[in-house]
Amino acid sequence: MRSSVPEDGARRRSALPLAMADKLPESRTLIKIYLPRKKWVLWCLALLLAACGAPPWNSPYPAGESEPAIFFSSFSERPKFLDPARSYSSNEWAFISQVYEPPLQYHFLKRPYQLVPLTAAAMPVVRLFDSRGRRLPAGADPAQVASSEYRIRIKPHIRFQPHPAFVRSKDGGYRYWPLGAGGLEGRYTLDDFPERDTRELTAADYVYQIKRLAVPANHSPIAGLMAEHIQGFAGFAKKARAQQERDRAAGRLWTDLRKLDMTGVRALDRYTYRIRLKGVYPQFIYWLAMNFFAPMPWEAERFYAQPGMAERNITLNWYPVGTGPFMLTENNPNLRMVLSRNPNFHGEAYPSEGSDADRRAGLLDDAGKPMPFIEKAVYSLEKEAIPRWNKFLQGYYDNSGIASDSFDQAIQIGANGEANLTPEMRDKGILLDTAVETSIFYMGFNMRDPVVGGRSGDPADRARARRLRQAIAIAVDWEEYISIFNNGRGEAAQGPLPPGIFGARDGKAGINPVVYRWRDGRPRRRSIEDARQLMAEAGYADGIDPATGNALILYYDTALSGPGSKSMLQWYVNQFKKLGIQLVVRTTDYNRFQEKMLKGTAQIFSWGWNADYPDPENFLFPLYGPNGKVAHHGENAANFSNAEFDALFDRMKNMPSGEQRQQLIDRMVTILREESPWLFGYFPKGFSLHHAWYGNALPHLMANNTLKYKRIDGRLRTQKQKEWNRPVLWSVWVLLILLVVSAIPAIRDYRARERSRAR
Amino acid sequence: MMAYIVRRTLYAIPILIGVNLLTFLLFFVVNSPDDMARMHLGAKRVTDEAIQQWKHERGYDKPLVWNSAARGAGVVTDTIFFDKSLRLFAFDFGQSDSGRNIGHDITQRMWPSLAIAIPVLLVGLLVNISFSLLLAFFRGTYLDLWGVVLCVAMMSISGLFYIIGGQVLLGKLLNLFPISGYDVGANAWKFLVLPVIIGVVSAIGAGSRWYRTLFLEEINKDFVRSARAKGLSEQRVLFGHVLRNALIPILTGVVVVLPSLFMGSLLLESFFGVPGLGSYTIDAINRQDFAIVRAMVFLGAALYILGLLLTDISYTIADPRVRLE
Repeated sequence: MRSSVPEDGARRRSALPLAMADKLPESRTLIKIYLPRKKWVLWCLALLLAACGAPPWNSPYPAGESEPAIFFSSFSERPKFLDPARSYSSNEWAFISQVYEPPLQYHFLKRPYQLVPLTAAAMPVVRLFDSRGRRLPAGADPAQVASSEYRIRIKPHIRFQPHPAFVRSKDGGYRYWPLGAGGLEGRYTLDDFPERDTRELTAADYVYQIKRLAVPANHSPIAGLMAEHIQGFAGFAKKARAQQERDRAAGRLWTDLRKLDMTGVRALDRYTYRIRLKGVYPQFIYWLAMNFFAPMPWEAERFYAQPGMAERNITLNWYPVGTGPFMLTENNPNLRMVLSRNPNFHGEAYPSEGSDADRRAGLLDDAGKPMPFIEKAVYSLEKEAIPRWNKFLQGYYDNSGIASDSFDQAIQIGANGEANLTPEMRDKGILLDTAVETSIFYMGFNMRDPVVGGRSGDPADRARARRLRQAIAIAVDWEEYISIFNNGRGEAAQGPLPPGIFGARDGKAGINPVVYRWRDGRPRRRSIEDARQLMAEAGYADGIDPATGNALILYYDTALSGPGSKSMLQWYVNQFKKLGIQLVVRTTDYNRFQEKMLKGTAQIFSWGWNADYPDPENFLFPLYGPNGKVAHHGENAANFSNAEFDALFDRMKNMPSGEQRQQLIDRMVTILREESPWLFGYFPKGFSLHHAWYGNALPHLMANNTLKYKRIDGRLRTQKQKEWNRPVLWSVWVLLILLVVSAIPAIRDYRARERSRAR
Repeated sequence: MMAYIVRRTLYAIPILIGVNLLTFLLFFVVNSPDDMARMHLGAKRVTDEAIQQWKHERGYDKPLVWNSAARGAGVVTDTIFFDKSLRLFAFDFGQSDSGRNIGHDITQRMWPSLAIAIPVLLVGLLVNISFSLLLAFFRGTYLDLWGVVLCVAMMSISGLFYIIGGQVLLGKLLNLFPISGYDVGANAWKFLVLPVIIGVVSAIGAGSRWYRTLFLEEINKDFVRSARAKGLSEQRVLFGHVLRNALIPILTGVVVVLPSLFMGSLLLESFFGVPGLGSYTIDAINRQDFAIVRAMVFLGAALYILGLLLTDISYTIADPRVRLE
């Protein structure tokens, strides 16, 4: 026997099965030949090794994506616009703010929020001029200022991301422009244009984008606002429209905006441009940190304007072109959005300045290091909250918000009302960040309504209505609302200014004396008896309307409907019932609701306001008379109009933040509290969770370009994902056994039937 | 048969016009072009001029169905309804209100829908028919009784429960499949297993009960008794005679849904993050994108008519006695 004369041990171990295989039937021999004992061991080892390297079974990502510095997150709603002239939603800015770079940005760590240069070499110099064009000193009386000029110098050697629009052909023309007949054949995405190139960012690209804001066909949401402030903006819009019509008539789909002049915006040299505004508009500086003012290469717009491109969805709205740290390499908003590192990024260092708290939190550990720290960010479409939450718990999303359904699982409220993570979350190393948002949710009165606003021109009736509003302001218990419907995620508002915004006061000085009293070191809502007293003074003792002899009936208009909102609407009814008022809820769809607001036919309503920038002007202007919704189609949904408030607003908006401005704001807030056109609802508090491997996770409520600061510890993530997601295989065996066991009676019965003759 | 098909195709035209008109009226009873413009342009800082411009660019500044300012045929043709409807009959869906090519989107998104719908249909058929044949085989016994009880229990549970329960049990607790997501190519299978299992299991109750009723109806007929009298085994009786004769009602249920498999499943696609046509329609309704809603309703109606026609044709294949005249 071959096995009896081994030359060495190894050969003996491999020879034995072969020898035994000789005695087996052919089919089994084959198996034995291919899987001798030694190879079995090797196979098992290989499988084990493969299993060690493979992602868990329930991983939604391909193998090998867990360990690299890739950020995994989700989005619930597909972004509509990625064109920086048009995009105005936070879910869109989450993507394009990583791609486009306006001249300024917010400092990542400093609070209160502070602007710093991004592509600008320094903060813009603002020059003031009078009506004769003579330069005025900084801080000149705004009434004397005819125009103000922002001169911005950008850093040299910044390059755009690789893009087909920049590719030149050998003859000096452009490789992909014009494409000509058949040039688009077989091209359905930007990836079908294989060649890429870049060019240097210049001041003219910023000028070009500002011109794009004025073009009516681009539907920029800030076109109306900018026409009020930028010199020549409105005139340029007319010129651009006329030129576009001429171009369309001539069969040209692209209008070269470089050839049209906007008097207020001009490139002074390759790296410098200036924007000239009418009068003063100090808040303009904040707009320079938004994507609307990011640069746009004209080549890109011309490239996308070619015939057939729009039909193939190859547009600027789909494929952004920027200079930022990332570029959108996969845009499938029905599935996944992927941002990859821009190889042409000019480089930026992590900030070195921050507070001691930042240092203690490790937020300065990366000070001075080049950003970005991650290679790629993958955002998966996740429309439903339950799968999104479960995948976060499995470690497949690096961060997450907290839906109401999951709140109790994630957060426990301490004895003093503080929010803490549950032990389950802490065991997983999950961390919690909270921040009061720069937005307000309020209940408004339509001041044009005779019952809640008072008859125009009748001071006594206006005073009656004011007392009625004040009484309601006391009765509607927002602390209770926050506790019941928001899981405690909010702060009852004392006025229109959220904490942290210039002008907002905290402590005793900051309470709304119409609604609160300061007791035991905290604001306490006034008693319902006080509210009833106000009702009596308003002529509605015990809530009885003297005109009818029955309970006063008020109407609440809302777009909330469905079983989910029933309890909330009932809560509103109960709040008014405390005063004997019968609140009639008129639910409708959002379109009809908006129509009612535009026509001024609503009486009481709820709405919210999200700040564009951290300046008190942005929170007070929704109550400025000339912004009235009915008269001017503005954002003042309550149609509040108060001459003193409006005059103060006109002065305050143009002032630098300081003591004088604070005094004006104090007076304005006092007027609002007295007049109570809004019940100042609450400031929502954002709760966000992240895993231990997700670094530099400081929430920033104004900046959107924060992806570059984030850090991922891929090794820890891989380890935790494997630990948390081991497949429970015994369950499969149990299921199979159950199936087999349950089949036994059926098999027995079947056999019995087959054996039996009689039926 | 050809004459029948042509006649049915001609019947489809007034039906499709009616469906289109109904969709149009229902949509514009709830939404006005101004609402659509506001929804599209966003809630903040939208000027009246921008709304007018948006409507003008998309032809929504015309009267809805009757243009009294126009002359001649223009009173009908120079309207939103006519502008937006005519091309549909050539299956040219045009562009969505946000500017995307609807035809291209449909061709992209029908594949994920099919990737779930086809396995759910096929595996579901196999499971339901097998289970119901089993129940028919053990009719009148405690196995049949408990099988029916199980079916009633299963069909009483909400589809949402199956989805969430399946995701939690198989995806989260047992860690066997990804909870949600989708991918293309070779990676797609692992995302399809869980929705397919849930799609099949959630339909077992209603499907099996329905098929069991069909089989029991057949099983008591004379030809089955004759087959048994010939001494055929119970398997031969069930598979060779009962199943074959129950095919017509089964085909009615199956063939009619074949074309609408393209339209996807709203719930499954939404919960599993599958980029199919079901979620496409829901997104369009939420965004008040009339162009997409109209296209999808039209396509759904056309596919349904096609399904009915295919059903009729399939009868002739399943039962040679049926003739289409």
